[in-house]
Amino acid sequence: MIHFVLLISRQGKVRLTKWYSPYSQKERTKVIREISGLMLHRGPKLCNFVEWGGLKVVYKRYASLYFCMCIDPEDNELETLEVIHHFVEILDRYFGSVSEQLYFLNLAYYILDELVIAGEIQESSKKTVARLISAQDSLVEAAKEEASSISNIIAQATK
Amino acid sequence: MNPFSSGTRLRDMIRAIRACKTAAEERAVVRKECAAIRASINENDQEYRHRNLAKLMFIHMLGYPTHFGQMECLKLIASAGFPEKRIGYLGLMLLLDERQEVLMLVTNSLKQDLNHTNQYIVGLALCALGNICSAEMARDLAPEVERLLQFRDPNIRKKAALCSIRIIKKVPDLAENFINPAAALLKEKHHGVLITGVQLCTDLCKVSSEALEHFRKKCTEVLVKTLKDVANSPYAPEYDVGGITDPFLHIRLLRFLRVLGQGDADASDSMNDILAQVATKTESNKNAGNAILYECVETIMSIEDNGGLRVLAINILGRFLSNRDNNIRYVALNMLMKAISVDAQAVQRHRATILECVKDSDASIRKRALELVYLLINESNVKPLTKELIDYLEVSDQEFKGDLTAKICSIVEKFSPEKIWYIDQMLKVLSEAGNFVKDEVCHALIVVMSNAPDLHGYTVRALYKAFQASSEQESLVRVAVWCIGEYGDMLVKNVGMLDVEDPITVTESDAVDVAEITIKRHTSDLTTKAMALIALLKLSSRFPSCSERIRDIIVQQKGSLVLELQQRSLEFNSILEKHRNIRSALVERMPVLDEATFSGRRAGSVPTTLSPSTMASVKVPNGVVKPAAAPLVDLLDLTSDDAPAPSSSSGDFLNDILGVDLSPASAHSGASQAAKNGTDVLMDILSLGTPPAQSSSSTPDIFSLSQNQKSPVASLDGLSTSSPVSAHAASPQAASSIIDLLDGLGPSPPAPENNGPAYPSVVAFESSSLRVMFDFSKSPGNPQITVIKATFTNLSSNIYADFVFQAAVPKFLQLHLDPASGNTLPASSSGTVTQTLRVTNSQHGKKSLVMRIRIAYKINGKDVLEEGQINNFPREL
Repeated sequence: MIHFVLLISRQGKVRLTKWYSPYSQKERTKVIREISGLMLHRGPKLCNFVEWGGLKVVYKRYASLYFCMCIDPEDNELETLEVIHHFVEILDRYFGSVSEQLYFLNLAYYILDELVIAGEIQESSKKTVARLISAQDSLVEAAKEEASSISNIIAQATK
Repeated sequence: MNPFSSGTRLRDMIRAIRACKTAAEERAVVRKECAAIRASINENDQEYRHRNLAKLMFIHMLGYPTHFGQMECLKLIASAGFPEKRIGYLGLMLLLDERQEVLMLVTNSLKQDLNHTNQYIVGLALCALGNICSAEMARDLAPEVERLLQFRDPNIRKKAALCSIRIIKKVPDLAENFINPAAALLKEKHHGVLITGVQLCTDLCKVSSEALEHFRKKCTEVLVKTLKDVANSPYAPEYDVGGITDPFLHIRLLRFLRVLGQGDADASDSMNDILAQVATKTESNKNAGNAILYECVETIMSIEDNGGLRVLAINILGRFLSNRDNNIRYVALNMLMKAISVDAQAVQRHRATILECVKDSDASIRKRALELVYLLINESNVKPLTKELIDYLEVSDQEFKGDLTAKICSIVEKFSPEKIWYIDQMLKVLSEAGNFVKDEVCHALIVVMSNAPDLHGYTVRALYKAFQASSEQESLVRVAVWCIGEYGDMLVKNVGMLDVEDPITVTESDAVDVAEITIKRHTSDLTTKAMALIALLKLSSRFPSCSERIRDIIVQQKGSLVLELQQRSLEFNSILEKHRNIRSALVERMPVLDEATFSGRRAGSVPTTLSPSTMASVKVPNGVVKPAAAPLVDLLDLTSDDAPAPSSSSGDFLNDILGVDLSPASAHSGASQAAKNGTDVLMDILSLGTPPAQSSSSTPDIFSLSQNQKSPVASLDGLSTSSPVSAHAASPQAASSIIDLLDGLGPSPPAPENNGPAYPSVVAFESSSLRVMFDFSKSPGNPQITVIKATFTNLSSNIYADFVFQAAVPKFLQLHLDPASGNTLPASSSGTVTQTLRVTNSQHGKKSLVMRIRIAYKINGKDVLEEGQINNFPREL
């Protein structure tokens, strides 16, 4: 199972964290520090796996962002690389291109939630994920419109 | 409306934080934002709740405390609209985890949302539950999730399946409720549902053997067919990854089949065909294909034996191993570790390639390869492989040397075919990476050296040469200094030359140089310096010509700031100056270290006897130098003033001290017993710093120490040529001789017989097989206390084993039993066991002593019990 997902920029700034195993705030900070130290110092041609504290960290760099997932030692490392790639492709499709600026937005979390629950992958179709996200986005839009139209009505009524 | 919270939008806040140049600046911005958010929360500001939470999540991600926002999440979740719930659940998952009590408050909202009419809201609730639910919540909400496994929309079913995984992991008892609904998911066509369903079933098997049986019987066929369909499916753009349809589903199916096939020949049989197909037909030019092959190989290795398939699997691994992609090589090494238990021969064929991987530039691959090489080594290939590893040690990265050294040492210890090879390899490791070698490894090396008498000369010469070449390796220096101290004469005289050696000329002063360099080097640590000091002391008797120089070096350490060195230097100096006649005996070569005791100690068991050799061997693991000579030196220093040494051989000498030390202490009653208890008791006392002539107060110490010993008699054997009985007999003479040695420093030993009235000995108990004699003495100061020495004599012709004497007294008496001198009583009165009893009579002068006794022992393994009452004590006790 995936214990956590981290997105870390090349400068070591954290862009997204998602924890599927319980880590206290202190542990989280420590984990991030240790892993970014391990990951950022590895050369470009080396393998994408680092053993860390009895677990394995699978990471891959896209543009200036490191995507990293921590898995159990008996899990399939190559598959985890595919999961990362899958996630990146869905993000790409949604945002146009891997742009660091946008990742802090809640949307990246929503997409991850459509992809992984309880540390296990839930959907192998990018299309399905995109469809579910846009359906929920439109629900939010509809709610907003409704709210603004109500306030318009109120505003007109009180004129 | 709050002026702060309305001011900054999320985007602006992030921009402000990112623009911060220093950490302090960032903290200030975050503090300001947090204050604004708290204010907004306090005002119960509906409008900005959404934005505040988004900001909080960002702040949380940066590692700042955000607990004050937790209640906001709960409020958002409880509100009616989808947008609020969406951000509320997101915040819940990020800001809280299963260990927070606040989480319980959300249970009710979750329950409502799981039953909501809007399927997206149901989805949000399932996602949150799956990611952070605690055991209590799992129990409370399991029925809802179970129901949702049959929901009409597949996207809810898949979420419910993953949520169920979390539930059964938290509460394994609930597993049986999920078996049937989970099995139903396996028949679905929707990939998301299939993937999650298969995963759920796999996890169910882990927690419930009932589930495993059920799925094995009912579902193996279905799964094989599903895998066949996926593997043979035509191009499907929605699920295609690099030309392969849905590798995620492939992998999960293979993994589930592995669980089902493990330990079940029928199930394994039914999946053979499809595994062979996947193993041969899957394209291996893309990562996705390799991921499937990797999973497939693991399944083939784990299920019940099928020779053909295993050959196929090993071949795939061989191909992986020669792949240029580091990721593929890494997983190949990983899998070969598992393959060793299945087919060690096949893995051995790839030995050369694996050895190359140990030298890879990638630390992850090196680490895996080293583990694998370690598993591959056996008696037949240990020599070439060790050579390769040691050669690589020279050029390896600093951070890898620690791991590598530990593994090499472990290999050499485990598989060494002969001692000379062991010593050679260890010397190479010490020279290359001595600073990475652990203390216990050095100690093991010393034990082995000490046990190879014909190699002493060779070893000391090799160490001398190694020291000259690389003297900056701490462990090497220690071992070299130890060896030169012990076997320095062999170094100089070229004793025990082997054919392979080149002769070297080392003068006595060259050997002393080694110790001197070591002791004067700034980088040497205390242990090393102390070892060098002892080596010097030893060399002073081996090389009389250098003894003046050695004394000078030792004297220099008098000024050392380290207490240990200063003290030793003073002590050693006094040995050199005042005790020339005993010096050679003191610094004799250490007795051969006992390999069995050492390995027992390493295994973690405490040896039952502290024999003199283990006493000496304590030094390396503890890092504290307590050589065998040191306690004696302590003793001698106290008794100095040119006392005549009673004898010249170390064994007798020790024995004499022993008698001396104990006879004043335990007096008449316990002397022989303590003498038998052996030298280590003495050593313990001495190393504790107790002065030797401490009169009777030290008696309890001696006995309490000797209580811990199971076979006290044995320990003396190594040192004393006389039997325990004769030691006992000799003790009075020894006592007188040590009085000279003590030269008035200690109080003259009180002779208890002379203090107070003497009492006649009595035969306290006599049967056809056993006689018990009581000798009495009084402590002069306290008439209430009587010391009784009980002497047991065996009148039969059988040996009594496990001999135990017990006694009971009425309430006005207090009885203290010291341990007996032994638990075996030789036959036909040929030896005795003694035991000391101390009785305090609170009614002294009014009542006389009385005692019940019970004696238990074994004759040829048969228990015998004797009991009696003693009434014939002298009246005035």
